[in-house]
Amino acid sequence: MKSDLAIRARGLSKHFGSLRAVDKLDLDVPKASIYGFLGPNGSGKSTTIRMLCGLLTPTEGRADVLGFAVPEHSKELKPRIGYMTQKFSLFGDMTVVENLEFIAEIYSFPAAHRAARVDELLENYDLTEQRKQFAGTMSGGQKQRLALACAVLHHPELLLLDEPTSAVDPQSRRDFWANLFRLAERGTTILVSTHYMDEAERCHRLAILDHGVKVADGAPNELQQSTGMHVVEVQADDPYHAQTALIQLPGVASVTQLGVRLRVLIPESVDDPVALVDQGLRKQKLPAKSRIVPASLEDVFVAVTMKPEQLAA
Amino acid sequence: MRSLSRLMAVMRKEVRQLRRDRLTFGMIVGIPLMQLLLFGYAINTDVRNLATAIADEANTHLSREFVAELNATQVTNIEYRVDTAAELERMMQSGKISIGVAIPHDFDRRVADSTRAAVHLLVDGSDPTIAGIAEKLRSMPIGFDTGAAARNPGLIEVRPYYNPERRTPMNIIPGLIGVILMMTMMMFTAVAIVRERERGNLELLINTPVTSAELMIGKVVPYIGIGLVQLALILVAGRLLFDVPVRGSIIDLYLAAGMFIAANLALGLFFSTVAKTQFQAMQMTFFLMLPSILLSGFVFPFDGMPVIAQVLGEALPTTHLIRLTRGIMLREATLGDMPGELIFLGAFAVAATTAAALRFSKRLD
Repeated sequence: MKSDLAIRARGLSKHFGSLRAVDKLDLDVPKASIYGFLGPNGSGKSTTIRMLCGLLTPTEGRADVLGFAVPEHSKELKPRIGYMTQKFSLFGDMTVVENLEFIAEIYSFPAAHRAARVDELLENYDLTEQRKQFAGTMSGGQKQRLALACAVLHHPELLLLDEPTSAVDPQSRRDFWANLFRLAERGTTILVSTHYMDEAERCHRLAILDHGVKVADGAPNELQQSTGMHVVEVQADDPYHAQTALIQLPGVASVTQLGVRLRVLIPESVDDPVALVDQGLRKQKLPAKSRIVPASLEDVFVAVTMKPEQLAA
Repeated sequence: MRSLSRLMAVMRKEVRQLRRDRLTFGMIVGIPLMQLLLFGYAINTDVRNLATAIADEANTHLSREFVAELNATQVTNIEYRVDTAAELERMMQSGKISIGVAIPHDFDRRVADSTRAAVHLLVDGSDPTIAGIAEKLRSMPIGFDTGAAARNPGLIEVRPYYNPERRTPMNIIPGLIGVILMMTMMMFTAVAIVRERERGNLELLINTPVTSAELMIGKVVPYIGIGLVQLALILVAGRLLFDVPVRGSIIDLYLAAGMFIAANLALGLFFSTVAKTQFQAMQMTFFLMLPSILLSGFVFPFDGMPVIAQVLGEALPTTHLIRLTRGIMLREATLGDMPGELIFLGAFAVAATTAAALRFSKRLD
């Protein structure tokens, strides 16, 4: 069965006691794309990734990864996937080269090409200078590059990255994403979990998880156009009190302060959201300027993770 | 083929990490030497020159002969001669003597009458070792019922044939091989898997094609080598410092020890798969350490233990190794003389490795 999907999951669930860490997740990840899992801590991102690589047995549902059912066929799957853990998991008391060589041996990478592959990775991931350095003594960004180099050493078809950038600086994150795009361009499918909006925006497609439930999925721009919300940006002299006043207005779903500006989410069922905001602020004698702006990914996130009673407001 | 190269990769990694872990590396050499010195010099169950008082109310030729024989054993050192048994009790209470010998006035008649005790031995029971020695002395008056026995008191059989000088190191060091190897080997592997779990390495490893068995065996094999080095260390130091010989075949000794090492490593590995933290793994090894020292025949004579303790002792690999090492080193026995002990160790190693590999799932749940 040839498929254009690298991962296909239906009704995938994982319960830990009474906790539903992942609840009836449906997932379609197209090949050669970067697919993002966006969600706060505890939303089920790591659990899902662990189920997809066969580390955890799903309580319910099924998943096919590269055509292999997991966890039943995870043994056949292992050589075809690369996995990068949330925490640095290489050997701190071995050098960069020793770590790479160990991984090459474990994956039975042909001995004749091993040295060349290690050199190539050192070059590509900018680790040539650190080749003799103990992995444990490197910076966060260097460790992360080494982890990625180890994960891709055996040319996996699918790369599973569990919050890979949580411990690195912005520049390292930019470089890291450049590497991911290069890999995707060459046909590798990448599943990456994150809680950074700017990272989520870079993904080809994206699923937003909240309390183990997928609350939205699609391309980032699709999601931004289909929030079901007006986004009103308010520039107020006294943003703090303006926020307090606005949140009490009927029809306002959420107010977020960004410096001197407020972003107000109002359901699309309201005909004139700007008028609603202006009237509300005038009543409190709070001078402000308001205008409709396009939704950002953060607005999408706020909108889809909103509790039902807020939506009814 | 692939499996073998993965196994080699795991082994190389273990050796490399071990070499860089200075503290552990130091422990490999340090622990056996420290233990050897400590146990070799400190544990001394030779009991000699126990302060003794005699109350000889008979004062006959036979009773004087008995006292002379008693003195010849060197176990007792007759420091006091008193008149009555009551005085003996007082001296014991005040701690002046450990043993009191009361010879009644009808000593000669009692010796002839096998239904009555000829001599009363008062013993300071507060020290178990002294009590044990006195138990042996007791055989003397009982064997005294004929004239022949009187001239040849039964005390000589107290002296072990294979250790005529009754030097403790002769017994201690073969046993110490078992105790030291057990402690270090089990400890090393008990933390092996847990440490990788704590450091997060395991989550990476279980996502690679490496199998549970490769990981287990790859972790155990380097330590077998280390165990054999430790054995050499103990043997050489035992020879130089305590003059303990290896009378049997050194190859037999190494085979026995190798099997024992494998059994302990496998058990440690099993602990490692059960424990969630390194601390828990340590606790588990300590749990086994005490019985291995006390119930294995290392400290107390195995045959003298209660049945339940003997049953527990039989289940411990250390018990079987100590029998093998004492046999090979002191009695010049071969492995062929004691096949059961070796078979037990082998079976134990296989069972523990299997249990560990089964326990160690390549999943997280």
